[in-house]
Amino acid sequence: MKKQRPVHLNLFQIKLPISGIVSLLHRLSGALLFLILPFILWTLQASLNTEESCNNLINTVKYNPILKLVIMFFLWAFLHHFMAGMRFLLLDVHWGCELHQARLSAKWVMLMSIASTLAIAGWLW
Amino acid sequence: MGHAHEYCIYIGNSGVVMVSRVVSGAHYGLRDWLMQRITAVIMAVFSVFLAGFFVLHTPLQFGDLKQLFSHDPMRYFTLLFFLSLFLHAWVGMRDILMDYVHSAVVRLALHSAVIVSLVIYFMWAVQIIWGK
Repeated sequence: MKKQRPVHLNLFQIKLPISGIVSLLHRLSGALLFLILPFILWTLQASLNTEESCNNLINTVKYNPILKLVIMFFLWAFLHHFMAGMRFLLLDVHWGCELHQARLSAKWVMLMSIASTLAIAGWLW
Repeated sequence: MGHAHEYCIYIGNSGVVMVSRVVSGAHYGLRDWLMQRITAVIMAVFSVFLAGFFVLHTPLQFGDLKQLFSHDPMRYFTLLFFLSLFLHAWVGMRDILMDYVHSAVVRLALHSAVIVSLVIYFMWAVQIIWGK
């Protein structure tokens, strides 16, 4: 007798557990960070090139609230990728593998990535 | 060529049947798994170091930044970071494309695009680190 189970992986129909959401966001943030690599390199180049190009860069960001928001979004992507990655490394050395621990650490990653993004945003501006 | 493995397959309550199956693959799984973790640790150390520098030198001035990147150890550390980043990005992007892009032609094209981009970024990074 065959069990009736969903054989599709439609993300809008399956309910992911919190660790699944962290994992999915880890992928998404990783892909995002790959896509903005040229902007990261360009920023590093402009900040190290001349004092003028460095100050131009700082002033461009300083007086552009939309750009600040965009940067904060990518900062979140970085922090989430960083923290979720640390969590995976800890799971690799069998730290926190119990279900309740893994759920708790996943919640912490979600919470801390957002909290630290807001904290850095508040500190910079 | 893959290795033949024997598996035990349980069929209901009737017993156990041994089957031989060829496991194919390029056998780069463990190597890439390890590489993804080593590069992650290198990037984490660099990121924490750079974040610490930003905190100690706020508000950030051109002079401080220029001075930091003028030291050879910092230049090699940065190069190591970028090398790790590009290897890490390759493994990650390859895995994502393997999972979601099912057309072999499109996947090959995207894989090639990722490799070419990363090689160009690497040369660009070297130029930034050792440029004027």
